[in-house]
Parts: sequence; C-alpha cells; structure tokens
Amino acid sequence: MINCDSWDWDKGKKEVGKFSDWREKFSYIEDISFSPDGEKIAAIVKNEDMEFTVSTQSEGAEPETWETGYDKVWNLRFGPDGRLSAFVSDTGEWKVSTDDNTWENGYDFIWNMRFNKSGVIAVSAQKELSYCAIINDVPWENEFSKLTDMVISPDGQSSTAVIESIPVLEGEIFKFRGGCYSVAVNGDAWDRNFMNVWKPSFSDDSSHVAASVRTSYNDYYIAVDGKTWDTPFSSVWEPCFDPNSQSVIAPVKRGGKWFLAKDGAIFWDRPYFQLWHQIYSPDGKRIAAIVAPEFGRWTLAIDNTPWQITFSDYLTDPIFSHDGRLACIFKDRGRWGVAVDGKAWDSIVDMAWIPVFSNDGDNIAVKVKKDGFYHIALNGKILDTKYEYIENPIFSPDGSTILIRGCQGGSYNRDVISIKGGFSYA
Amino acid sequence: MSESNSATESKNSGIKKIDDQGILKGVEGLTPEKIESVIQQVITNETGARLKVYVDTCVHCGLCSKGCHYYLSLNDPKFSPAGKVKQTLAEIMQKKGKVSPEFIKQAAVIAYTQCNLCKRCAMYCPFGLDVAYVMSVMRRICHKLGVVPLYIQDTAHSHSVTMNQMWVKDDEWVDTLMWQEEEAQEAFENLRIPLDIEGADLFYSVIGPEPKFRAQLIFQAAVIMNAVGENWTMPSMPGWDNSDMCMFTGDYEMMERLKRCHFESALNLRAKRIVMGECGHAFRSVYDVGNRALGWRMPPIEIIHAIDYFNELFEQNRIKIKKKFDTPVTLHDPCNVSRGRGLHDKARNLVNATCSNFIEMVPNREHNYCCSAGGGVINCGPPFKNARVESGKEKARQLLEAKEKGAKVVIAPCHNCHGGLEDIIHHYNVGMELKFFGDIIYEILDLP
Ligand code: SF4
Ligand code: SF4
Repeated sequence: MINCDSWDWDKGKKEVGKFSDWREKFSYIEDISFSPDGEKIAAIVKNEDMEFTVSTQSEGAEPETWETGYDKVWNLRFGPDGRLSAFVSDTGEWKVSTDDNTWENGYDFIWNMRFNKSGVIAVSAQKELSYCAIINDVPWENEFSKLTDMVISPDGQSSTAVIESIPVLEGEIFKFRGGCYSVAVNGDAWDRNFMNVWKPSFSDDSSHVAASVRTSYNDYYIAVDGKTWDTPFSSVWEPCFDPNSQSVIAPVKRGGKWFLAKDGAIFWDRPYFQLWHQIYSPDGKRIAAIVAPEFGRWTLAIDNTPWQITFSDYLTDPIFSHDGRLACIFKDRGRWGVAVDGKAWDSIVDMAWIPVFSNDGDNIAVKVKKDGFYHIALNGKILDTKYEYIENPIFSPDGSTILIRGCQGGSYNRDVISIKGGFSYA
Repeated sequence: MSESNSATESKNSGIKKIDDQGILKGVEGLTPEKIESVIQQVITNETGARLKVYVDTCVHCGLCSKGCHYYLSLNDPKFSPAGKVKQTLAEIMQKKGKVSPEFIKQAAVIAYTQCNLCKRCAMYCPFGLDVAYVMSVMRRICHKLGVVPLYIQDTAHSHSVTMNQMWVKDDEWVDTLMWQEEEAQEAFENLRIPLDIEGADLFYSVIGPEPKFRAQLIFQAAVIMNAVGENWTMPSMPGWDNSDMCMFTGDYEMMERLKRCHFESALNLRAKRIVMGECGHAFRSVYDVGNRALGWRMPPIEIIHAIDYFNELFEQNRIKIKKKFDTPVTLHDPCNVSRGRGLHDKARNLVNATCSNFIEMVPNREHNYCCSAGGGVINCGPPFKNARVESGKEKARQLLEAKEKGAKVVIAPCHNCHGGLEDIIHHYNVGMELKFFGDIIYEILDLP
C-alpha cells in the first residue's frame, strides 16, 4: 500500500515537466512515466555520449540525467516508495540501478523486477547459466539450472520461485515425468519434486508458500510448504492464503467443471465453466472470484453466489474496498466498463484499468480510454478532461481529493482535484 | 535424440517399424486394465455423443479418401480417413476399450503421425464427419496413457515449464529481443522493440522457434512496425509464445494454461488487440480450441493473424513499398488459417499488393493440401520424417505444377508449413524458394 499521507494534497495543477524540454535535450527518449506522488517524471534516454541512461524532471527544474551511462537500460520503474530503478548493463554485465546507485553484484542477465509494498526489490538473475533470485543485492546461496515465477514476500525478507531441482535435458521425457521441479524459498528447495510447479505465492505473514503442481499428466494438486493436498484434481489454478489463518484456497477442476477448494476439499460446491483470480476481502471474511457460470458468460461470484449480471468477453481486476464493496473491470461485446456490487456503470469505454477505491469505500475512480484519449471516470461518469497519457488515479487519505498524473499537450501535470463536483462530463 | 531412418514397412499395416522411444517405452508399463479405464474415462467424460455419432454414421463409402493427401500420396486405403478411424477408435468402441498395449502403440503412430488434423476430408464426406476430431480423441487417450512420440512430448514438456515450445528461458527471450533490436538499430537509428507498454494498440506474439531459430523474423516485424508507426509492444515475461503443441499431444489441461497465459499477458497490458506472427496451428489454438476450452466463445481480445494485419496495412495505405516483388510466386494456403479461418482471400489481396506475378497452385484456398507437417506431425521429429515426406508426394506434385507454370517462390505464411514444405522441396527436387509474407514485405519496404 502506498503511504501517501505526506504528499501534497492541496488542490491545483502543477507542471512537472514538458516534453519539449526533453526533445531539445535528448535524441532518444523512451516512454515517460510519473512517480507515485506525481512530483517527478522519468524516462530512459540517450546522453550526450550516446549512452543509455535515465533522466528525471521535477516542477520548475530542467531534466536531470543520471551521471552513469550504459550500453543498455531497460525496465525503468518507480517503486511504491518513490525510488526509481532500472536494469542497466555495461560490457554485458547486468545490475540494478536505483536512483543512479548500482548494486554491487553483476549478472549475465537480470529480469522480473518485483517490489513488495514498501519498495524492497527482488529480481531473477542468471550467471554462467545458473539461476537464482536476489533481494536488495543479496543473491540466494543456492543456484539452479532453471528458475521461473519468482515473487517477493509481503515483508520483503524472502523470495520464492519454481526451480529445476534435478537437471533434465531436452528429450529426457521419462526423467521429466519422474519429477524434476520444485519450489525454492530463499534458495532452499522443498524436499519433494514434481513433474511441474507453477506460481508459488506467500501467505500474508510471509511464512508459508503455496503453489500449483502436477505429479502426473492426470494428477494436479495444491502444495503448501512442500506437502500436497490429499486429493488430486484434473487441473488447478494458483492458490492463495486466507489472511486470518493458514488455510489455502484454490480453483480446482473435477469432471470438466471448476470449483473452489479449501485445504483440499471442495468449498464452493457450485460447478463453473471457469473460476479463477479468487481474492479475500480485507477482513478475510468473504471470497470473490471471477467465474463463468455458463459457457461464454463471465461475472464475479461472491461467497459462491454469482452476480446476476454477466459479460460476454472478459472480466478482470476484481478488487474489494476496505469496507467490503466489490468492483471489477469487464469487457462486453468488444467494449469495456466498470461493474460495482453487481451493477455495471452506464459509461462504456474503449479500455479501462483497475478500479481505485477511496479509503472509506464511498468513491471509485478509474483510468479509462475513449476515442483515443485517456480520462478519469469517477463514480460512473467520465470526466471531460482529456489526456494523451495518464497513470492510475490515487485518492487522498481522507478521500476528498484525487491525484491525477497526466500528460496534456506535451505537459506532464500533477493535478489534485476535489471529488465534490463542478466537473463537466465527457 | 538420434535420427533414424531405418523404417521398414510390415506387410499388413501402413505402419513402418516404430523407432520412437516415447511410444515404445511409453507402452511398456501399460496393462489392459489401465488402458480400458483411461479409454472409458475419456469416452464417457469427454466426448459425449459426438464421437459415437461420428463412428456409427460412417457408411464406409470412401468418398473422404480423395480428400486426404496421405491416401493420394500413398494410394493405400489404410491411410484413408475412414481407414484411420477403423484402425483406431472404431475398434476401440467395438471392443469397448478392451485393447492391448500393442494396439495402443499402433494407434499412437496413426493418430500422431498419419493425420495432420487438417480437416480437408470433412469437406468430402457426405455427412461432414470430422476425422481430425476422432484422431484428436485418440491422441487424448494416448496422452493420458503416456504414449506420445518423444519429440512432441518433449515440446509439450517445454511448454509446461517455460510457457514456450522451445525451452527458451525467461532471460534468453528478452536477450534475443534486445539483440534483434540492436541489429535493427544499426540500420534504423532509435528503432525499438518496446517491451511491456501498457495500453499499446497492438501486442505482437510469436511462436517459440522464432527467438530460437528464426530471430530475423522478429527483426523484420520490428522494422515493419516501426516503418508504419505502429503503437506496439511485446511482453518481457512468459505469454509471448502463442503456439501450442499441448493441443496436439492431447494435454488439454496444459493447453488451457498456455492460452490463459497468452491472453492474460496481452490483456494485463491492456493491449487493444493481438497480432500474431505467421503461424497456422497457433492461430487454431487461440481462435478456436484453446479459448473455448477456457470458457470463451470467442477470444477475449481481438486476435488477428499476420496475413490479416499485413493486408490491413496495404488496404489502409499505411505501408509504402519501393516496387513489387517481381520473381513469380505461388501461395500455399495453410489449413488452419484458410480452411480454419477463411483468410485465403485476404492472403490473395496481400500477394497482389506485394508481388507482380502470382501463379495459383491447384487446388487452392480451403481445398489446398496440407504441407504434411501440420497437426504436430513434424513435431514428432526425425523418427517419422521419411514417412512424413512420403505423404507429401501429392503436395510435391502440386508445387511442381505451379513451378511448371513459372512460379519460383512459394509463399507459406505458417512456420510448420515452412518446415514441411522445405523437406518436400528438398526430397522431391522441387527447386523452389520458400518465403514468409514478412520476408517479402521486408524486402520491398520503402524505408525513410
Ligand atoms: S484430417 Fe487431413 S490428414 Fe487427417 S485424415 Fe483428414 S484429410 Fe487426412
Ligand atoms: S466419406 Fe464420411 S461416410 Fe464415407 S467413408 Fe469417409 S468418413 Fe465414412
């Protein structure tokens, strides 16, 4: 969660940077993005020596370029704590650079930058064809011949990934069937191997890991800390932990239909054509999931009761407010929209991003795209102001204002607006 | 994995001596009980009435025979569509699943390597019976029994670990894109292969062999996208591979996982649509089989084949060429995008927009013959290569006929077709050059 108490929440617009300044200064500019608090913009650029580097700009200042230039820079991102990080490489050695300070250790390649909520960084790395994860420049002690699906724990102290625990060569199909994959947590592999493992994830207290596994083509399980559930299913999707206990829930397939299971037993007994992306409400008392109650129709189910309204194409980004309201983004007959507590907003758009609730749950703002421009939609209505580019909106802690970070006519602006009205609508 | 071409044909069967460890070792542990139980499970839980209707409706009229290039090439009723059903599921159903491991061995060879799942025969059957479907059910049974040709099984395993079919690791993927970007920048300053751009108009996906063996195709696509000013992106994480050998081995659970990964990769970036490279089977997996298995009637995001995209660029005058490609060309219609999706007219618009001398091969459009590589057959690898090339005799005849009329280049907008046609061209001394549409467009593109 972004801690935005200390940000400038005074209403009004300020210009953080101008594309024309950048154009004048750089021959090469990649996509410009905003810091979480909107006070800074940043992009990958080429410096005067034609090396790749990063430049940032704040209100009233010139673009400021990192001192170090590189052969390559990619994956420039602001972390939730506002620090700016990228993968940088010189003479084939890759490192993480944060605010122009590079990590000590270099690798043949690094990728998959992951932040925890306070901005701790984990990445996947490869050196001399051995693979590991690294948190804050500290690599795992053990390395593996393959590594995928790395994630960082909520407390930022641990990372986990799927690893090849027994090296298996191409073509060794019978050895593969015997099980050559497992999960490593901080470099230590579970003591059991599986035919496949996918998507490990941590419990909220960072002390347990659950993943989807298969032990044969026909037997899929959820494994928690290396131990599988007792019952196999014909397929499973990624599990998640109950925030109030160590229980694990996961979508499971049986007899051609999907159910939600808890700790190995069917928990939602209603069969669905599809069921995935289950989430707990913040108090841990309710569960929502994306479901297809009939073939080709999509909606959210909450505690095993699907909304009445269904959509033809797609449903994504289910999210609870702190007080238990439920929203998502849908696509129906080619157009996108927002649905809240079982009702679709009237405004239909060309694209919509994850809904953002105010802390009290009373208001919802969404980044949307319509007729080639970005807008903010607020509580069902699209605000008239057009942008060439915007980031997701953020509510002030008291919910009375919204921070909009957007580009208009080449100006990158930070704008705090009251939600109380006086808008014109698109 | 050694290549063996020592196959000899036994008197009574269309099957040459099996030299595939995936099949030979796969049947070793099978018992009749296990076979029966898997068969019952697949037939009862997964096929419904469709399979029974298909098998029962066939009146053995033989009209489908001339629909099948295996039969036309080999002139043996065992290779006719109805003949393949007779040797596999018809017998299984008649014996109520009580068949031997030896039977499964033969059935696996037929289902995986003697049918391209091309669906041409269905157009010739008075009842529209779809033999490709029956062969897919046979493959599903073999997959569940663990009796799958080694090479394609390995490819399916790669999919399950890396989400791509070529064991390309996460780092190798991005590294390859950077390498292609760098190469392209030597010719076109500041050209980019933009990674993970949210809200891009176009998400470009390819198949596993592109970064592994045909990286120049990614280079060419990048040049074309840059030349037309496309707002495009590619993902840095798995989801970039749209191909699907699991669909062909019968591992539908894995197919679902792959398709979900691909769709979500594009949708998480909020791309407007997916444009996929020149591959046929991948298109079938995202537009027909995989999306439906996941619960979608249609794909959740607009997804178009490169033929469609390139054609659109020309129709909308977004692309400038120096001059048309003037070596005489013919066009191979890939089954999955012509019979499967009806892109044959758009493909012809595109040929005419890019080439000055077009010679049709006959038959064509939805009646075109498969390249003999489709349906995962080429992915079954060297042990079946000779048999595959022999079944391409009819295709060779078709190519030679186009050559006689003057064609020198074959445009084949599909990776598997390229593999299959390359072998046919070589084996039958056809002497024609193969190209993708991307090759031709790159060659004639008028760059600033
Ligand atoms: S689907 Fe194609 S290869 Fe298979 S039997 Fe029919 S025509 Fe022959
Ligand atoms: S044409 Fe149809 S009915 Fe006739 S043999 Fe072939 S599959 Fe059977």
